[in-house]
Amino acid sequence: MLIHCPACGPRSHHEFTYGGDATIVRPAPDDTDIARWQAFVYDRENPRGDHQELWHHVFGCRHWLKVTRNVTTHDISAVELLGPHAKDANAGEAGR
Amino acid sequence: MPGVPKRRLDLWLRPGKKGRQRQMSRFNFWELAKNALSAHENWGRQWRAPEPKGEYDVVIIGAGGHGLATAYYLAKEHGVTNVAVLEKGWLGGGNTGRNTTIVRSNYLWEESEGLYDHAMDLWQNLSQELNYNVMYSARGVMMLAHTIHDVQVFKRHVYANRLAGVQNEWLTAEEAKEYCPPLNISKNMRYPVLGAALQRKAGVARHDAVAWGYARGADKYGVDIIQNCAVTGIRRGADGAVEGVETSRGFIRAKKIGVVAAGHTTTVMDMAGVRMPLESYPLQALVSEPVKPCFPCVVMSNTIHAYMSQSDKGELVIGAGTDQYISYSQTGGLQIPAHTIEAICELFPMFRRMRMLRNWGGTVDVTPDRSPIIGKTPVPGLFVNCGWGTGGFKATPGSGHVFAHTLAKGEPHPINAPFTLDRYRTGRLIDEAAAAAVAH
Repeated sequence: MLIHCPACGPRSHHEFTYGGDATIVRPAPDDTDIARWQAFVYDRENPRGDHQELWHHVFGCRHWLKVTRNVTTHDISAVELLGPHAKDANAGEAGR
Repeated sequence: MPGVPKRRLDLWLRPGKKGRQRQMSRFNFWELAKNALSAHENWGRQWRAPEPKGEYDVVIIGAGGHGLATAYYLAKEHGVTNVAVLEKGWLGGGNTGRNTTIVRSNYLWEESEGLYDHAMDLWQNLSQELNYNVMYSARGVMMLAHTIHDVQVFKRHVYANRLAGVQNEWLTAEEAKEYCPPLNISKNMRYPVLGAALQRKAGVARHDAVAWGYARGADKYGVDIIQNCAVTGIRRGADGAVEGVETSRGFIRAKKIGVVAAGHTTTVMDMAGVRMPLESYPLQALVSEPVKPCFPCVVMSNTIHAYMSQSDKGELVIGAGTDQYISYSQTGGLQIPAHTIEAICELFPMFRRMRMLRNWGGTVDVTPDRSPIIGKTPVPGLFVNCGWGTGGFKATPGSGHVFAHTLAKGEPHPINAPFTLDRYRTGRLIDEAAAAAVAH
């Protein structure tokens, strides 16, 4: 499986560490609803199709990426850089 | 499916022409002798291939070992025989036919000990119970310790198990070598063997035979096993309760639905609008060329990630790990089995020149605490038995037994009562990450 890192180009997924479901949103710190915290900690999307997920390019640029990958075919349809340089980098490599 | 010639498989599973179906017979010496006279060509079908009826008391989604065992115990112990088991593919064609067949019960927490030891009790007599040889072989499962931390963890397991009346004992490296002579206990290894935990009555069973035996047993009680029937939706009434399932072969009304769909549980539960704390990962296994009997037990090593046994056919059956990412592809990365093979070559130098025959993957549903979820869901009439992760085969009889009770009574059996979906809200987790065979 090749992941097209916006900073480094196409690289083997062995260079990356998987960071899990990217659709999870952390509740506000003062949120007292136990169900929302439970959903945040435990419930996962786990779709049989396109999955938005985090990958960390640990043996490369060390950027965190948001990757849209089909978990049945392993086709990657979009890669997006996260973090402080995201805006510039994604402008150049949009849709990659 | 490993170990079964394609032609024979077809014979067992392919729906036959009507009229050719024979009355099912009990397997015994007399039948064997009688069939020998016709060169074993007239054994007949062991279960029917019925058309789905319009309505059932219970519909079970997934005809793997757990689903079929559930149907069997529903019919036998609770008298619920108006049951359908729906299967998208062929029965026993998912993880039941893909696992490494290990049976053991030396888990850490009391809840797990109760569940897995319940299964262990049922394994002892399962072949007689089903009148079908599941080839349960209590050859012992040895878990190797390679670090001080391993030693502490395994000793803790041994003590916890013995307090709960579950068999488990500590062996020194020399005793481990005596139990399993091919083992390398040299001090020069990268991760030398410091000792091992041994459960003697643990072992292996024939995975396909378990599915077939339960299918045959359930069918005998009138359970309809409907293969090639994919569930495409779950219909719910105005009160929220389930009304039935939409399938590729039409709508089937059901009072209760039991979801036993392993890696595809999330997909099925999504149809009822229930979000699950599950993720599906690929888990791989491989077998070597067959050789003469040379490996007496099952050996597992969590630390350097290898586990292995020898099948009755002579193949070394090897379990590899899960990939780090979600996948439904039923294949995994090649580096995962390669890593396992390296560990095995180090642990058992005599196998360094063995050739591997086949490598395959299955899709396993992993929960956050590595313990299964067996019980009710927020949807009335919808029950779930999932989250067995990388080690569900060993629990097949116990899982089916307690899930059948749950479906029949509408309330969990005391053994599966702690394994609720609700435990992720209450915080009463059953953390078996250390006892699970595969580091996730």
